[in-house]
Amino acid sequence: MTAALKVTGLVKQYRQARALDGIDLEVSRGEFFGLLGPNGAGKTTLINILAGLARPTQGTVEVMGFDVAREYEQSRRALGVVPQELVYDPFFTAREVLRVQSGYFGMRRNDDWIEHVLHNLGLTPHADKNMRALSGGMKRRVLVAQALVHKPPVIVLDEPTAGVDVDLRQTLWQFIRSLNEEGHTVVLTTHYLEEAETLCERIAMLKQGRLVALDSTRNLLSRRHGHQAQLKFDGEPPPSLGLKRGQSSCWLYGFQEYVQLETLLAGLRTAGIRVLEMQLIEPDLEDVFTEIIQNA
Amino acid sequence: MTGFSTLLYKELLRFWKVAFQTILAPIVTAMLYLLIFSHVLEERVQVYPGISYTTFLVPGLIMMSMLQNAFANSSSSLIQSKITGNIVFVLLAPLSYLEFCAAYLLASVIRGVVVGVGVGLATVWFTDLPLMHPVWLLALTVLSTGILAALGIIAGMWADKFDQLAAFQNFLIMPLTFLSGVFYSIHSLPPFWQALSHWNPVFYMIDGFRWGFFGHSDVAPGLSLLVVGASFVAISGFTLLLLRHGYKLRY
Ligand SMILES: Nc1ncnc2c1ncn2[C@@H]1O[C@H](COP(=O)(O)OP(=O)(O)O)[C@@H](O)[C@H]1O
Ligand SMILES: [Mg+2]
Repeated sequence: MTAALKVTGLVKQYRQARALDGIDLEVSRGEFFGLLGPNGAGKTTLINILAGLARPTQGTVEVMGFDVAREYEQSRRALGVVPQELVYDPFFTAREVLRVQSGYFGMRRNDDWIEHVLHNLGLTPHADKNMRALSGGMKRRVLVAQALVHKPPVIVLDEPTAGVDVDLRQTLWQFIRSLNEEGHTVVLTTHYLEEAETLCERIAMLKQGRLVALDSTRNLLSRRHGHQAQLKFDGEPPPSLGLKRGQSSCWLYGFQEYVQLETLLAGLRTAGIRVLEMQLIEPDLEDVFTEIIQNA
Repeated sequence: MTGFSTLLYKELLRFWKVAFQTILAPIVTAMLYLLIFSHVLEERVQVYPGISYTTFLVPGLIMMSMLQNAFANSSSSLIQSKITGNIVFVLLAPLSYLEFCAAYLLASVIRGVVVGVGVGLATVWFTDLPLMHPVWLLALTVLSTGILAALGIIAGMWADKFDQLAAFQNFLIMPLTFLSGVFYSIHSLPPFWQALSHWNPVFYMIDGFRWGFFGHSDVAPGLSLLVVGASFVAISGFTLLLLRHGYKLRY
């Protein structure tokens, strides 16, 4: 089966900036894929090239097996993009916008699906308001809805939750997740790493136009070797146990295997020290991200 | 086809929703020109024997209004979409550059024609204009407004800011339309300006248009149609070429 996205040797040179510097990437069908990286890493540029809004300097890009330059009609039909910028057409209501967008994709009768999308994004009460009259969050929802009018097999969201209230994030992720479960491929860029951590199966990290990491979320998280426990005692543990002082009378214990915890507890019992509190601290994507971006 | 017709519909709606500015205002402007010029010149100037100055003036005014509005429509629509960023909705869609061009072009031609018909109807009270060759008039109208609509697409793609578009309008479109014999016959010009006018395609649009109404013109009507037709092919071809390469739209 052809990949949902296939990027080969992609380079994008702007007059001054080299926005993408040789990207090779494949996203399989049905994946929930995260594209992370600091500002200016080239995420939007990559998405723009997928969408045909920008042209590659070198390399090729395919969406569902269709070359974005040569077979632009099919590739654009296969792709739904939520742009990073909050743009809208002030001449129309939300529902009119969705009808017009359906028309651009060659669909005359699309009202059932439009109502479904409006409903799932919590837009139904606002559907007949002029775009100008909608709040930023509501405009963002319409932008998401516009990307979905043609039921694209591949959905790309460029920082859809930047500066957006918790309510929208919840609604949005619920809907996008259900679309992913129905088989849509989803590619997401976000600044909220915990969002990527919970949603994405696989993650690519970009820095200065290069891929610095590409792995499953689980593997990326386990790259931070070992685990850490945070404990509180009723006394001072002996230094031989290898505990480090943490914040507010807590102690930190680093270990590789969970069996090491047994050794620790046995040592504490021998020393006559009781454990009052214990908490395992799992590494999160934030740590991994910072580490990878700094070392790259 | 649905893609094209939707974009056309959206473009028509865009000017129709603000018809006060886009249709009524240019009609009023044309009427002001007519009032002032015909009042001042009616008794003094007769360009063709048996044709009053007002009758002479009206076809030129209609054509000028159509041209300016055809240009204004495509150029301002594009630059607004570019500046607000909502051009992406069209660019993300699987529309071909041909559909894109045709929709913007046709919407602008229609706006030009609506304004032209409005000006024509408003002048009924001032002069009794014969309509000798209606099919000819229609053909020349479509080709001429098509040229300016295409120029509007080019200008809208090229300009990044409103003042660049204003420069295009003030330094190219306005001189071409005003120096084309709307208010006079070029035979009344000194030889140098007369020769220069023959290089202005707008002159042929207006001269040929007059012939369609009352059968008099400065140059043979066939030549006008030839020049206007050739200009349309050249300019719309060039526009298509730019659109195919996504000039300043897909960077
Ligand atoms: N249209 C453009 N013209 C020139 N440079 C650009 C353009 N778009 C992006 N860039 C540059 O390309 C680089 C990547 O930008 P972008 O893709 O927006 O990054 P990200 O989305 O990861 O924040 C930046 O250095 C940016 O300045
Ligand atoms: Mg970006």
